[in-house]
Amino acid sequence: MSANPWVRPYVLTGGRTRTRHHLYVHTLVSVERYDPTAVLRLSPEARRLYERASFGAQSVAELSAHCGVSLGVTRVLLEDLAAADHVLINEESYSSPYDHRLLKRVIDGLREFA
Amino acid sequence: MAFVSSPDRAVPNVTSAKIVVAGGFGVGKTTLVSTVSEIPPVNTEAWMTQASKTVDPLNGADAKTTTTVAMDFGRISLARDLILYLFGTPGQPRFWPMWDDLCRGASAAVVLVDTRRLEVSFPAVNYFENDSDVPFVVAVNLFDGRQTHPLDQVRDALGVADSVPLLTVDARDRRSSVQSLLASLNNTMEKTAPIATR
Repeated sequence: MSANPWVRPYVLTGGRTRTRHHLYVHTLVSVERYDPTAVLRLSPEARRLYERASFGAQSVAELSAHCGVSLGVTRVLLEDLAAADHVLINEESYSSPYDHRLLKRVIDGLREFA
Repeated sequence: MAFVSSPDRAVPNVTSAKIVVAGGFGVGKTTLVSTVSEIPPVNTEAWMTQASKTVDPLNGADAKTTTTVAMDFGRISLARDLILYLFGTPGQPRFWPMWDDLCRGASAAVVLVDTRRLEVSFPAVNYFENDSDVPFVVAVNLFDGRQTHPLDQVRDALGVADSVPLLTVDARDRRSSVQSLLASLNNTMEKTAPIATR
């Protein structure tokens, strides 16, 4: 945990607590092209999220946990990073979590895994 | 807003799915998640902000009674482009708004119960019966590897409908844990239409 101990969480987000797009805890975020100069303009929290996401596609929850940034703040900062084209928020490939094509893929994958 | 959409993108469009593992304190949620996860389950303190730490001091001995958000999650890469996440729900009632957040977009749920302390899982059963659309199964965790109560007795005691699948699981065993996840997904297949709309 290395969150800044001297500021309350939403100071980091300019008081914003909502995001335009709903980011599920399992929504995947990735970095297409890491830009080392971009980090210089980011807050320490946004920088940690950006650098962590550059390791490979990860969920919002993983980024939050590994960067020590609370879930709500992570969502707002990731949206900012996506708006600035620093990160990609992976679209849901299926319109519903109950889509049988998705369920079947997960079932087949788990059977192989077991 | 940058979304992955073009077919020639540099980053493959990886899909994620989520199963929620619910139940009261000490029923084996963390065990089940860690048994199948490819990463050590990520938990609790990572979710706290320094601001809340000053009002809710962490204390190892009181780990089960402090107000930390006790949530574990794990990850299984099923294919190059498919990741399954498992989220354990925080046990304390005061974190129920977080249950809604965790359950949003979930494909299935497993409610774990311990037959020695069935009552700790009542709130979780109630939640999935009344407050969530996510299809769920109930899994009796065999703590000593043995089944102490017949399943129909457990069903009566829990008061769950016959339509809710009831099974046993040994959360320490990977195969068994995966079977419970498969049961939850098959249940969702049965309870939902093939082309589901949100």
